[in-house]
Amino acid sequence: MTPPLLERVLVIMPAWNEGLAVGNTVREVLARPEGYDILVVNDGSTDNTAQVAANAGATVLQLPFNLGVGGAMRAGFKYAHRLNYDAVIQVDADGQHDPKDIAVVLDGLENADISIGARFAEKGTYTVSGPRKWAMVFLARTISRLAGTRLTDVTSGFRAANRRGIAQYLDHYPAEYLGDTIDSLVVAIRSGCKVTQVPVEMRVRQAGTPSHNPAKAALYLGRSIFAFLFAMTRKPSTVVHAESEVG
Amino acid sequence: MSVLAAFILSLFILFIVFDMLRRKKIREKYAALWLLVGLAMLVLAVFPRLLEFVAEILNVQVPSNLLFAMSIVLALGVCLHLSWEISVVEDETRVLAEESAILRAQLTALESRLDSLAGDTGPAPVRTEAPTDE
Repeated sequence: MTPPLLERVLVIMPAWNEGLAVGNTVREVLARPEGYDILVVNDGSTDNTAQVAANAGATVLQLPFNLGVGGAMRAGFKYAHRLNYDAVIQVDADGQHDPKDIAVVLDGLENADISIGARFAEKGTYTVSGPRKWAMVFLARTISRLAGTRLTDVTSGFRAANRRGIAQYLDHYPAEYLGDTIDSLVVAIRSGCKVTQVPVEMRVRQAGTPSHNPAKAALYLGRSIFAFLFAMTRKPSTVVHAESEVG
Repeated sequence: MSVLAAFILSLFILFIVFDMLRRKKIREKYAALWLLVGLAMLVLAVFPRLLEFVAEILNVQVPSNLLFAMSIVLALGVCLHLSWEISVVEDETRVLAEESAILRAQLTALESRLDSLAGDTGPAPVRTEAPTDE
């Protein structure tokens, strides 16, 4: 069934007004033979997300108000830590991440602390263009250099972490915009976490609409560069170093 | 006339801050700053020459400009301080939200386990809002 290193895996799904898609996504993940536990973090939805998720068989964390993806993930990491899970993996509630790839991304943890399911690595047809693409290329190059390994999709939300990764995230995981992807990754690398990526295929979202327009993309470029530079000045957390010295 | 107006205004500010402090509408750490500002205004209102004197020492040609500059710096400092305070408060709120969400999920899990235990020994349990002894 599951690899021996990762006995208890928690699938964390941050969900904000995903009532239309979350039920299907939860059922799809539960249908996998690996037997994952699912935690849907209801990020202050105004629709029936929590009810749908619970009916589909997921454990639901009810945040009393909207905290953003970063905030929702933080709550998920805290839950995973309290309940002593071996690994967590973030999966989008809208069904863009294929549940069969969960095992693939988790396999990346065999020789890393954080494993990213990358959308541009040879597989799949996911494409972007314009300022959004420049931002992604810039970030991928700089963060790859930092991590000492080739990363092509650093803003992917499809990522897994082991105990060391979770411990580091608990110490530093910003709830701000882009903090959950860029900032958290940069600080994790600087704190001594090993990062790797595995290629996965993205599917079209099951419900809801993506936001695409040039002005937003330009803003995204600016923000991501800002977020990266900011993350570089942050103090690395000592959690990981302390743990590896003991172990 | 303007001296009297400034005097009354500063007294008014001091009074309001004191009253808020008395009724616990403002914390001491914020009140201290405003009391200081009120007192400074009071002193300047009583001795208008003081401002001109200080302006001359600092080489500021129009004394009122010195007053404006000081007010702006003060307002900037207060804004920065409030931004800092609200960041701390937001962080604390977020942690509370996480805690309450986790506790609620654990409570729900406990309740359903209790229900299934009750189901093992007795007749099918009826879900009620408040748990009762059977």
